[in-house]
Order: sequence, then C-alpha cells, then structure tokens
Amino acid sequence: MTSDELFQREREFIFSRCWIYLGHESEVERPGDYRRRTVAGRPLFFTRGRDGQVRVFLNSCPHRGALICRRDEGNAEVLQCFYHAWSFNMDGDLIGVPDQEAYGPHFDRDELGLKEPPRVESYRGFYFVSFNSHVEDLVSYLADAKEYLDLIVDQTEAGMRVVRGSNKYTMKANWKLLVENSLDGYHLVPTHQTYLDYISSLGADDSGQTASARIVGKARALGNGHCVIESPVRSGRPIAHWHPLFGEEAREPIARIRQRLVDEYGEERAFRMADTSRNLIIYPNLVINDIMAITVRYFEPLAPDNMEVTAWHLAPREESESMLATRLDSFLTFLGPGGFATPDDVEALESCQTGFRATETEWSDISRGMLRPAKSTDELQMRGFWRQWHANMQGFTHTNVQDAPAPAIETEAEVELALASDN
Amino acid sequence: MTTASQPTLREQVEDFLFKEAALLDDWRLDDWVDLFTDDGRYVVPTTDLPDGDPQRDLVFIDDDITRLRARAVRLNSRHAHREYPWSRTRRFISNVRVEETGDGELAVSSNVLVYRFRAGEGNPYVGSVHYILRRGGGAFRIAYRRAVLDLEALSWHGAVSIIF
Ligand code: FES
Ligand SMILES: [Fe+2]
Repeated sequence: MTSDELFQREREFIFSRCWIYLGHESEVERPGDYRRRTVAGRPLFFTRGRDGQVRVFLNSCPHRGALICRRDEGNAEVLQCFYHAWSFNMDGDLIGVPDQEAYGPHFDRDELGLKEPPRVESYRGFYFVSFNSHVEDLVSYLADAKEYLDLIVDQTEAGMRVVRGSNKYTMKANWKLLVENSLDGYHLVPTHQTYLDYISSLGADDSGQTASARIVGKARALGNGHCVIESPVRSGRPIAHWHPLFGEEAREPIARIRQRLVDEYGEERAFRMADTSRNLIIYPNLVINDIMAITVRYFEPLAPDNMEVTAWHLAPREESESMLATRLDSFLTFLGPGGFATPDDVEALESCQTGFRATETEWSDISRGMLRPAKSTDELQMRGFWRQWHANMQGFTHTNVQDAPAPAIETEAEVELALASDN
Repeated sequence: MTTASQPTLREQVEDFLFKEAALLDDWRLDDWVDLFTDDGRYVVPTTDLPDGDPQRDLVFIDDDITRLRARAVRLNSRHAHREYPWSRTRRFISNVRVEETGDGELAVSSNVLVYRFRAGEGNPYVGSVHYILRRGGGAFRIAYRRAVLDLEALSWHGAVSIIF
C-alpha cells in the first residue's frame, strides 16, 4: 500500500498484463467521435471510424511522440499533430506529411500510422485493452463476471448508454483500498449513517427493519480476481423495483418493465435483475455498481498513495425522460463526490492511507466470514481480489486458492430467509 | 449620483452575497438554507460538463429544498466524515453582475474563490456562482443557485464536501 517498488511491479505484472477497461461503445456514437483516456498509465484515445468500427490508438505521434489528440472528446475527420503537422485519418492512417520529399524515396507512410495497443476486445459494449499480446481472450478473462455484465445489459431492450457528465476526482490513497471499499458491505452502516438516516427520514425504509438487518446478501469470487456482492435491493431500482421515493407516477412504468423482464427471462432471472443489487469488481481496477443506479467506476493508480477516479452513469437508451430524471436523482443521493456517501468513502480511504504511515501496522485483516458461507458484509470478495493480486505479483496468471463458493441469491424465499436469519 | 444612504442594486446584492458567504464560512448551515425559497434549488454540474442539465445529465449536486435541508443536517451531524472535524474555509466573492429579469427576480453572477484548509492541506475551489434571487419581505431569497467549478477535476479535495 505504500511501497514504490511494489507499485512499479504492479504496473508491470498487473496493469501491463491484464485486460484493463477503456470505455463504453456509446461514448463514440457517430463516425469520427473520439474520447481521450489514460489507461494503465498510457495516453490513449478511441474513436469510431467511417466504417462504424471502434478503434483504439496510442495517443503519441509516430513522428516524435507528441500527443495527437488534445481534447478529452470531440468529433473529427482528421487529427493533425500540432508539432510538425503530420495528419492522420480516424482509421489511424498517416495521410499528410509536410515536405515529405525530404525523407527520400523509401519513406513509407503505411508504416507510420497511429499505433494500437496490442489487444483490444469488447464484451457487450464494454471495451478493454491489454498491453500483453499473449493475454487470454477477454471473454475467458472475464470468467463468471461475464454473467454479471449480462445481468446489467439484459435489463435494457435498446442497450445501455453512458450519460453525459462524469465524476472525476482524486483520492490520496492506494488504488487497492478502493477495490476493497467498493465491495465492503461491512462499512455501510457505520460509515454511511447520514445517508441511511436521510433515506429513513423520507419514509424510504421499505423493509421496516433496522438498517443493519437489511444488509444481507452474498459475496462471491468469480474467478481471475473478479468478485461481487449481491444483495436484496434496499431502496428502489429504476429497473425494476418501485419505491415511494420515485413517486406514484413511476409505479406503472416500473411494473411494466418488471413484467417485460419476467416475460423475457422468467421469474427467477427477472427477480435477480429487478430485486437484487450488485457491486462488481472486474479485476483489477473497474467497479460496476448496479444498485440504485448503475455506475461504472474506473481508477487509475498514480502513485502508491494516489489515484484518479472517473465514474460514469449508465442508463438504458430507451428510458423515458421522467424515468431518466428519477434515475439521475437516485444516483445523486448516494453516489458521486457531491452525494451523501462518496465523500465519506474518500475520507475513509485517505484515513487508512495516512494510518499506514505507522509502519508497525503491517497487516490489514480481511478474514471476516471465513468460517461461514460468506455474506455481503463479509470479506470473501476482498480475499478473492487479493489472491489474484498475489498470484499476478508472483508472475502467475491464476490462483488456485479460493473460499468455498456461495451460490447467488436466486429466489425471493431465499432472500426472506436471509433477512430473517440476520435479525 | 447615488448617496451613501441609498445603495445601488448591485451593492444590495453584494451585501447579500457577503452575508451568505459569512454564513457558510461560519458553518451556520441552517441559516444558510433559510435563505432559499421553498422551491429553491442548488445545482453543481460536473467539472467536464459545466452546462450540464440535472434532468438529463450527470451532475455533482442537484438539491431541492428537502435534500438541501438534509445536506445541512448531514454536515451538522458529526458523521459527515469528510467534514468532521469541519474544514476551515474562506470565501472571496467578486465581479458581481446583476440583471433585473422582471417579476421581481434578479439574475446574479459572481466569481468565487473558496480556500479550504483541512488535515494539513489547503486548496482552492474556483468558479462562478449564478443565482436567481427573488425579493420578498425586504430581503432577497435564493430561488436558484448554480455553482460552476473551473477545476478540471476534483483533484485536490476529492469531493465537493463543503457548499461551494
Ligand atoms: S511529433 Fe507529431 S508531427 Fe512531429
Ligand atoms: Fe462506502
């Protein structure tokens, strides 16, 4: 958490070898759209070509290295490097070199197009890159996390899109603390008391039970370091669990969405999509929270004690204006650096990082729930992440050690049982 | 020419903004919320989308009066951990522009610099704040307050944990 040496090793053994999240297809909707990103320390940009293909390029001029793409987003037919004015089309071809004759007859433009990362693959709209040409294919890398992405994307008919506006903030903390925090059901009640108080003050406590009784659910390691906690829904979900906070007028449309899910996927799967929430980590540095809203949170380590976080909000393309407004409102209450919860997570993580300066505190304890089928308030999911981390840092791609697998919550009866047993 | 006993409209508005700033720097948040009308709104767009519309776009903050009161309750509670203990803040307000828009409403813009000090660090929030003010009972009330950050990201503070 504090060592420069291990940080460098993580860059090499994890961030240069795994699949790392880049962006969502909806961020480059039209031909010529581009977005700039920093991924695993590398400046990149991705664009949609005239042929509709998404392409990813290293944001570095093949001439002498300058940044080609100098805005965070835009639309262009040609990108020209400002330094010596080489120009490139959105397929990455070098199409213009001022005074090209000076290079002589063997100058080959075809060899000097924009470079791409060694591997680029997507799964259901989520694009990942890898700087390791030997990495396994993305689908097998995603292991059982794949099914959780399906559970999110299948909620929509027309596909998900990234809502305009993103949360960009920095935490002076090690990136692995955010992995732990994103999957930490144990901290919810003590850390986020003001949020829970606010929700109950609105009469939004739909279970009629104490806050701690409502927080049950299960933790699962999904293979390759991906992990999830899956819990019965606590307040509302725009898809598709109505809640008084959403207002009476939303009751009908939400019931219709739920019915569609039942018709399409059957009661069991519909129940999971509509009435349970998920916090998912795609190893190593992507978190997808499918809770009161869907947030995609990417974090880029900057130093052992510093990271840059970007969070986006996903919404179904077909969603009506009023449902979208409801969804955005629901997001803001809890999530985001201006919400009622995220600032306290920032404080918690920075507080741990400062605490680590007491170098005698050598270990964090994440043993909770080791002796029982793990609940979402346990720490199995963190162990799943750390085992993968440990294997990677040794130079292995897989770990053989896992907690005993816990089945996902699948039926309503099971949730009630879980709730009852937690009282 | 105006006399000292008859402040201009801009001076009146400035007095109001200075008073508001003092309430915030003194952490008198309940009194600050009382400056809002019942249909008042407080919006902070994201740093990458300063013209963001809370109905369609992701923003940092979009509070109606209920959530604004809850925000004050939270910040007063000792459990808003990012702000407990409270940070020290000092606000500087300048470049105030006032426009009468009819119906007794004023459109006001100001440049704002808030220094925030906490846990051994001090950094600014910089931006502009835009208001719709209503007159009533000899005082101004805030019907709309939109605080737009010039920062490219929340790189120093990690959050909008105070009222900007
Ligand atoms: S570095 Fe781009 S044209 Fe020279
Ligand atoms: Fe949290």
